[in-house]
Amino acid sequence: MNLNFWVIQTFNGISYGALLFLVGSGLSLIFGVMRIVNLSHGSYFMLGGYVALTVIWTTGSWLLAIPVAAIAIALLGLAMERIFLRQLGFDPLRQVLLTVGFAFLFQQAALDLWTGNNFDINPPAALSQSIPVGGIFLPLYRVFMIAIALAIGVALWLVMEKTRIGAQVRATVDDAQMARGVGIDTSRISMMIFSLGAFLAALGGVIGGAFLGIYPGLDFEMLPIAFAVVIIGGMGSLGGAAIGALIVGLADNFGKALFPEISYFTLYAPMALILAVKPTGLFGRE
Amino acid sequence: MQSHSWKILMVIAALAAVLIIVPHTGSFVILLVTRALAFSILVMSLDILLGYTGLASLGQAAYLGIGAYTTAILATKYNVGLGWDFWLVILLGILFGAALAAVFGLLAIRASGVYFLMITLALGQCVWGLAYRWNSLTGGDNGINMRQRPKFGGIDLANEMTFFFLVFGIFCVALLLMYTLVRSPFGRSLAGIRERELRMQILGYNTWLHKYIAFIIAGAFGGLSGVLWAHTAGIVSPVNVELTTSVDALLMAVLGGSGTLVGGVIGTFIVFGLREFLSTLVPWWQYVLGVVYVATILYLPTGLMGIPERLRQQRAGGDRVVKKLAPVT
Amino acid sequence: MGEDTATSSQTPVLELKGLSKSFGGLHAVRGVTFRIMPGDRKAIIGPNGAGKTTLFNLITGIFPASSGEVLLFGRNVTGWASHRRTAMGMARTFQVTHLFPRLTVLDNVLLAIKGLRPSKFVMWRFMSSYRDVYDKAHDLLEQASFLDRKDTEVRYLSHGEQRQLEIVLGLASDPKILLLDEPAAGLSSGESVEMTKFLTKLDPKLAILLIEHDMDVVFDLAHSISVLHFGEVLETGAPEQIKNSQKVQEIYLGTG
Repeated sequence: MNLNFWVIQTFNGISYGALLFLVGSGLSLIFGVMRIVNLSHGSYFMLGGYVALTVIWTTGSWLLAIPVAAIAIALLGLAMERIFLRQLGFDPLRQVLLTVGFAFLFQQAALDLWTGNNFDINPPAALSQSIPVGGIFLPLYRVFMIAIALAIGVALWLVMEKTRIGAQVRATVDDAQMARGVGIDTSRISMMIFSLGAFLAALGGVIGGAFLGIYPGLDFEMLPIAFAVVIIGGMGSLGGAAIGALIVGLADNFGKALFPEISYFTLYAPMALILAVKPTGLFGRE
Repeated sequence: MQSHSWKILMVIAALAAVLIIVPHTGSFVILLVTRALAFSILVMSLDILLGYTGLASLGQAAYLGIGAYTTAILATKYNVGLGWDFWLVILLGILFGAALAAVFGLLAIRASGVYFLMITLALGQCVWGLAYRWNSLTGGDNGINMRQRPKFGGIDLANEMTFFFLVFGIFCVALLLMYTLVRSPFGRSLAGIRERELRMQILGYNTWLHKYIAFIIAGAFGGLSGVLWAHTAGIVSPVNVELTTSVDALLMAVLGGSGTLVGGVIGTFIVFGLREFLSTLVPWWQYVLGVVYVATILYLPTGLMGIPERLRQQRAGGDRVVKKLAPVT
Repeated sequence: MGEDTATSSQTPVLELKGLSKSFGGLHAVRGVTFRIMPGDRKAIIGPNGAGKTTLFNLITGIFPASSGEVLLFGRNVTGWASHRRTAMGMARTFQVTHLFPRLTVLDNVLLAIKGLRPSKFVMWRFMSSYRDVYDKAHDLLEQASFLDRKDTEVRYLSHGEQRQLEIVLGLASDPKILLLDEPAAGLSSGESVEMTKFLTKLDPKLAILLIEHDMDVVFDLAHSISVLHFGEVLETGAPEQIKNSQKVQEIYLGTG
């Protein structure tokens, strides 16, 4: 295992982490604001990819597919929160079950609408090359993934830290009751965050589609990994989600390369341990 | 206490009906009922946690998994469990389920609510990850094929009818044991913990210990269901321990009505029935299932078994003077 | 005063030494020290927010103390979990009713009785086979004139009935000291009188520590009263002394 191996694996881990940041940050915010274990998050990821496929098939434009898919799924998330989740109030079990009930419905709908075949979302040729960096060839698409994640991360950070609505969100994460006490409309915040989470997940699905593919079952495969990101990084914390995504991305890559037989175990065992010791995650706040 | 005796009578009648009717149906129904009975032991074990202790677990399938994989590995690699030693494997399934729960419980029982959901999810995924990736032991994604069913004392479990009777018998024993458990002082203490854990602590109960023991018992019954499942399904694979299976069990428990034991069985039969039966008639059965789940969660949180109580409340709401909390100065 | 009935050979049932609790910068309880001997009836009064319920939570082990000690029968139980303190003979009721809403009155009492019995771990017998526990529940409910409600689910009881049941649960474990947190909260004056009568008829060897706002209850029941203000004991004395104390009047009238 020479230096090249380590560099490539690290790069792959970071780029996978970029994807996970998109999926995980949304989930982390949803949990932080609403305390909901959203088991349909993986479905949003998958559906984002499927919608993108349809856009590409009808218009031929990959570039268009990205925002259309993300916004479409954001609207879906909005509807789900407003019409269904809102009714339940704070009830962790029923919320979980509702989200999973919908996940099953989405799964079946996806199967019916797009068949059970495995698809790839092919990015434009321009992004499919590799660029030479210091003797190694790095796929440009992966660089693109990292760039997008960084851009989104910065944008989210700016909104959270520098805008009034970001402050309201942070207040709600810290103490929802207190936030209501000072007049913050937490139901509106919840709706927005849920929708944003769906948006980010779908974005992840489109971007990840070139690299993971889109297929039935992707939803429940991605879901636990997204939770690992949230737990390791900390619920409700954007920075935590970034760190968690990085850790999970690297651990997954190195795990598969070095210890393939226990690679998933090495991912979920730390998650369980962290939860046992600090339930809100490494950087989470209660 | 009248309604209690009624319920017991109805359960006995239902069991008798199954015992009498099922053997006369085709092998399709016999197989389906056998599978449902095996899985409902898992669902009942989950109900002990969920309905009686108030702990919702997203990782109960792990215990089915350990029971099933133990059975499969012993049978295919070491030829153990195919004769009288089948009963030994049953015992091992129960013990390993309990042991796994004992380890996991140390991590999980300190949590509650959403954190408990997530930690059990993580622990379940650990087991899944091992099942999926430890190819040399578990056969990885392909799983392990059970080549034959046990034969002992002139009884050949390869015969679907004989196997059905065996599973039915074990199911009845499990149901009886769990029923005794929930009506026992320990079981009542779980209900108290579900209702008001703080009060229980003040009354002198070490609630952590009670929850931990309940978790281990649920794991033991989960392991038992796994042994039966391995032989019923004929194949053990990572699908048995994945998140969707744990979620399935949870949904079945809620659909039938949590906190009733029997509700879980009803939920299991409904889902299995819809899956195996409705799927052959109409292509949109998954939507029916999905809508049933969503509707139950939204409008019938106490599940199907909770319907009589809701009806009673609605009827009583009109003419009974419900004494409200009236703070007086 | 509590100290008057102390003889050097008797161990206090409950003793607090400099017990304090702070939440961040907020000092909820400050240096509370007193002793309760068997049979004492002591009341803690004070304006809202004085730290009375927090004090109870410290004594019963719901919150860890920031400093100071809690001793039960001479043993230092500071840092002990609640259930272990109960095992030493302590019982407590709650200001906001903390019953088991979906269980029947009888089931509530049975759970309370079983709390300190090792048979609470038994899994192979029905609870209904424990005749002695049922008999005891019967006696407790009869003593409280509650027998006719035994099969009603607690959530359907009136507020007054629930407060009454709180006390029954407190007595179920045969405690040596009973902590009552505003037992008369929300009761009508008729109900408070009934409740006070019930409390005065309890075993004279049972020590009672009472938080209460209803002064009629306090003066009927307590031998000694401590006034808590901003977490500190302002004054302790016999009921007459407290009634006439100017300091006490000042804090209640807001001029303190």
